[in-house]
Amino acid sequence: MSAAGKLPRWAELALLPLINLVVALLLSGVVVRLLGESPWTAFKLLASGAIGSQEGIGYTLYYATNFMFTGLAVAVAYHAGLFNIGGEGQAYIGGLGSGLVALWLGDRAPFLVVLPLAILAGAAFGAAWALIPAWLQARCGSHIVITTIMFNFIAASLMTYLLVNVLIKPGQQSPESREFGANAFMPAAHEVLARVGVTFTASPLNLAFVLAVAAAALVWVLVWRTRWGYALRVAGQNQAAAVYAGISPPRIIVQAMLLSGALAGCLGLNELLGSQHRILIDFPGGAGFVGIAVALMGRNHPVGIFASAVLFGALAQGGSQLSFDLPKINRDMVVVIQGLVILFCGALENVFRAPLAGLFSRFGPADAKDAG
Amino acid sequence: MSVERPSPTPSAAPAPSLELRAIDKRFGSVHANRAISFSVARGSVHGLVGENGAGKSTLMNIVYGFHRADSGEIWVNGRRVDVGSPQDAIAAGIGMVHQHFMLVENFTVLENVILGVEGGRLLAGGLARARTELEKLARDYALDVPLDTVVSELPVGLQQRVEILKALYRRAEILILDEPTAVLTPQEADALFQMLRRLRDEGKSVVLVTHKLREIMAITDRVTVMRQGAVVGEVATATTSPRELAEKMVGRAVLLRVEKTPAHPGETLLAVRDLEVRDRLGVVRVKGVSFAVRAGEIVGIAGVSGNGQSELLEALAGIRFPTRGSIMLQQHDLVREHLGPRERRALGLAHVPEDRLRLGVVASFSAEDNAILGYHDRADCNRGGLLNRAAIRTACAGKMAAHDVRPPLPGLRLSAFSGGNQQKLVLAREIDVDPRVLLIGQPTRGVDIGAIEFIHRKLIALRDAGKALLIVSVELDEILGLADRILVMNGGEIVGEVAREQATEETLGLMMAGVKGEGAA
Repeated sequence: MSAAGKLPRWAELALLPLINLVVALLLSGVVVRLLGESPWTAFKLLASGAIGSQEGIGYTLYYATNFMFTGLAVAVAYHAGLFNIGGEGQAYIGGLGSGLVALWLGDRAPFLVVLPLAILAGAAFGAAWALIPAWLQARCGSHIVITTIMFNFIAASLMTYLLVNVLIKPGQQSPESREFGANAFMPAAHEVLARVGVTFTASPLNLAFVLAVAAAALVWVLVWRTRWGYALRVAGQNQAAAVYAGISPPRIIVQAMLLSGALAGCLGLNELLGSQHRILIDFPGGAGFVGIAVALMGRNHPVGIFASAVLFGALAQGGSQLSFDLPKINRDMVVVIQGLVILFCGALENVFRAPLAGLFSRFGPADAKDAG
Repeated sequence: MSVERPSPTPSAAPAPSLELRAIDKRFGSVHANRAISFSVARGSVHGLVGENGAGKSTLMNIVYGFHRADSGEIWVNGRRVDVGSPQDAIAAGIGMVHQHFMLVENFTVLENVILGVEGGRLLAGGLARARTELEKLARDYALDVPLDTVVSELPVGLQQRVEILKALYRRAEILILDEPTAVLTPQEADALFQMLRRLRDEGKSVVLVTHKLREIMAITDRVTVMRQGAVVGEVATATTSPRELAEKMVGRAVLLRVEKTPAHPGETLLAVRDLEVRDRLGVVRVKGVSFAVRAGEIVGIAGVSGNGQSELLEALAGIRFPTRGSIMLQQHDLVREHLGPRERRALGLAHVPEDRLRLGVVASFSAEDNAILGYHDRADCNRGGLLNRAAIRTACAGKMAAHDVRPPLPGLRLSAFSGGNQQKLVLAREIDVDPRVLLIGQPTRGVDIGAIEFIHRKLIALRDAGKALLIVSVELDEILGLADRILVMNGGEIVGEVAREQATEETLGLMMAGVKGEGAA
């Protein structure tokens, strides 16, 4: 291989994403300017909205929780060589599982009984929704990108049907279930903190954030520290070598997608049990797709996914603040900024790599490892 | 020197066709080329040899404009040229045939040849002109290629011919071939050499980059030896020997053929009966093959590549399942019991695959992660449900030390190792578990001479330790050097079995070509 394109690890993991982020924000500034607002003001509002107050931080981390679940889902599939675009549908159906448990037991069982069952049901429903595309890929070679996209639509239709015809609260117009029993509410961060004497402004941030961080740790252990994760990565990198090593790629495909769907399926814990306290139409709200960008930007590593989930959470929260304060910038503008971040950090990540690698090989410490 | 050429002017020697003066190139801390100078006379074949990583490819990439030298000059026909891109190189009359062909597989030969020099917006005119010219080139140099066939349908040898035609069509006077025989059968290689001689006699200059000394001896007029980025010698081929060249390349004395004592075969460890293997399309690739491998012997399978050896090896290893027949190992019929690679490993069957990068390793993984591939389930790699990273690293360091894998860094990406060191690591992995039967495909493909000797010694030591070894190689030299018994495959069948003492290159070559040997069973 040529010497170009090699970066020190810290530059690869931190500097390059940072440069991409800054360029995306600069370009967003140009768009803001064209709309007739000051980019600097907009940026300050964005930042202060996201991290300038306890409430802002709460919302940022609340959004980040959703993105962590879906980002981890994408990453696990990625390491098995699969592109799971179905996070949205898996989250939707998984949320149905958690929600059903909450509806069923929310007013008759203690929280410590509801929580594990809600987690299990969410993971199981999400996994089941991923199983069919996985099985089709493993057995028949049907491309998982296509099938998971299709399953997003099927999930949406199914949920609309269920909410309109089955789960809807009687005598109500909007397609929502009744509210869960109070025992199915995730403890909110401000309540928990108040109990230990810390005052924190009320926000939807809840225990699910801790669960998402735990899920990230679990994914790290599973993928990098177990023999199953080893087999997963071998199958993802080189299928022929997997067969040579006695690893069955179809089996890995199914297992990886089950885990991926289960992770996405946990989104309902945060969104429904943590905040909405009912099942409602389109509650994943695109988090399944943002998860793709989160995983991409986080280099499919749990630590990176945590960081990029928080970044996207901040964009989501700061963005709504921005559209609230600057009337010329509406929700769509926030989507544009998100899109630019995704464009530069994901699709165009290599644009700045070659020049950066050039700089490093010229001025950086000479530690080039490839002697070929 | 060894080449006689008519000199136009006896007084002034003609300028060399290609001359490099003090070419120097660094990549970071790696000094890939150190003040390299050499010249190629017009109408000669010049060999450039050296181990992998000696800097041959870098040098040729500089000549062809892929890299720019940090310092030094390139002279063509007595004129200094500035080669900043392949276009510059082509304009200077330099053509290159890469080891991995640069062809558009679903284009015809003609379309491939004119690619980039179409000459106008419409193709028709250029195609017609190219056709006339190519027909002339084909006549002049005996380079027959079906011009309207799609490239992917051509055998590898002909694809290479297309690459040569591409260079000639662009008026190349100097032709650089990078490891041209790596993908060729012996017959195709002979045809290539015939072609190169023809080109030389027509006044073209050829630079042959290779690490195969046989080829250097067979075709070149002069040879330059590189080691660690520097030229360590330049000689007329007629005055040197493979042994001398090998010593120069490696920097120490090497044995081209490792000595071994006669085999003392014991019990049969692997018995194959009437094995039939089909490929994915259902074509029979191995047609009812039977043989046995005993403890303490090396059985070699010779044959032109593509005659069923690869399929046979993969069927034995459990990667493909045979459609008929039996494979007996330790009282188990691997076929009837439908045992996969993992179960076969547990029975003491190890496998070094032919195509290392496709099957045997994960190039993006570290060396230590590659050193457990296929054995990652075993107790010594795991502790309490987790991989035991410390033990894996220690074990890999041990294997690297025992098998002289360089650099000895378990955490380094596999792709950063040279081919020889990758192969040593794979071999170490498969030997380390103390198997009873070893299947080894192309033991030294893409491996340096120094490492070849090391690997051959290891294999013979394994034999002497009572292992049963089955070796598949397209290098006749290797089969003759290692095997105690030789099976020759042709068209999916074993067409003959010869004891090593009775085998010669001629008899094996005839059998490989499909002529049944008298000694055939």
